Amino acid sequence: MSLAYILETSLAGLVLGAAAWTILARNAFAASVGFVSYGLLLALVWVLLGAIDVALTEVAIGSGLTGLLLLSAAARLRGTESQAGAGPGKPARVLVALCCATISAALAFVVLSLPEAAPTLAPDAVAALPATGVGNPVTGVLMAFRALDTLLEKAVLVLALVGVWSLAPDGYWGERPDLRLRLADDSVLPFFARTLPPLGVLLGIHLMWTGADAPGGAFQGGTVLAAMWLIVMLAGLRDAPASNALWMRIGLISGPMVFLAVGFIGLLTAGAFLAYPVDYAKPLILLIEVPMLLTIALALGLLVAGPAGPPGSAGGTR
Amino acid sequence: MTTVTLFGLCGSVLVGLGLYGLLTHPQPLRRLIGFNLMGSGIFLIFGVIARRGGAAAVGADPVPQALVITAIVVAFAATALVVALLLRVFTPDQQSS
Repeated sequence: MSLAYILETSLAGLVLGAAAWTILARNAFAASVGFVSYGLLLALVWVLLGAIDVALTEVAIGSGLTGLLLLSAAARLRGTESQAGAGPGKPARVLVALCCATISAALAFVVLSLPEAAPTLAPDAVAALPATGVGNPVTGVLMAFRALDTLLEKAVLVLALVGVWSLAPDGYWGERPDLRLRLADDSVLPFFARTLPPLGVLLGIHLMWTGADAPGGAFQGGTVLAAMWLIVMLAGLRDAPASNALWMRIGLISGPMVFLAVGFIGLLTAGAFLAYPVDYAKPLILLIEVPMLLTIALALGLLVAGPAGPPGSAGGTR
Repeated sequence: MTTVTLFGLCGSVLVGLGLYGLLTHPQPLRRLIGFNLMGSGIFLIFGVIARRGGAAAVGADPVPQALVITAIVVAFAATALVVALLLRVFTPDQQSS
């Protein structure tokens, strides 16, 4: 039994243990903490599967931002946990558990009976990659071969944000989300919020830039930028923007709009929507990625910040 | 057992665990966590398929990898929307206005 095998098996055990913890934990806060560690462990699995880009995304979004969202929601909903009732009775639980086990078994059967010669688009993607001027095949797929998916995903982010905003009560419209933590005077968070962002912003931009040829990209970079923004807002150094702030709205739609514009230019110059003329592929991809980084950072940060809070709860301290 | 089979089976169990949490938990936030668990299990199986399709030049098929990255971001957007809905429904001081 090799060392790698022992490591992989124990990692799989840890992942399943953390997953079981999030289901079985006594309260929602503990389950959310479990979910964060689950995400970090899962990222290690992605590294083992050779998908570094996915591992970075899982750490940043799947574990980090989702974790922050769940933890703050768990803290705010703590008082309502006891109202939730007992849930289904034991016979129903056993029945559901059996059904879920059947689904797991069916999936396991599918995994075990996957065809020996795996169907793959990897050779095609690698062969076509030089035409895009990008060296990282995952970025090539995201920004060129399947650019339509990436464009629509930007639309999903903005639509989800519109959904979140529209949950604010009528009287709160135009106010700011109240994100500030009630900190003790000797809290270290304001110190972190002053010292971390310069490095974090640099790292975010670096991840986007280096994503052309190495693992990274606009998603991962944008998430790091969003995290830096959130730490500043949580520490109360800056307030979240009001939902009708013009600069923020322009920033939010700049990513999809530039993407769409380049798409239509492709219709004229390269003969298809979202096709890039070969000589200009790399500059066009960069032209799309820069506003996309801004849109992702803004949308992710604002999704965590949530709908507008009551008037006067934030703001006035600028 | 090879790496891909091991983590493929791991993903299958995660889907079952997440679905169980989604269906049986009395608290909505815990159901949301179960839903995310189920989703990540599906992503993991997809990652296993990507790994199996890896060619000599790349460790894993980049097309499923790109789809999983998109999926993680969309799952986050959906989670944020559900959290906002939960807070709106269960936070009393917002209902009064």
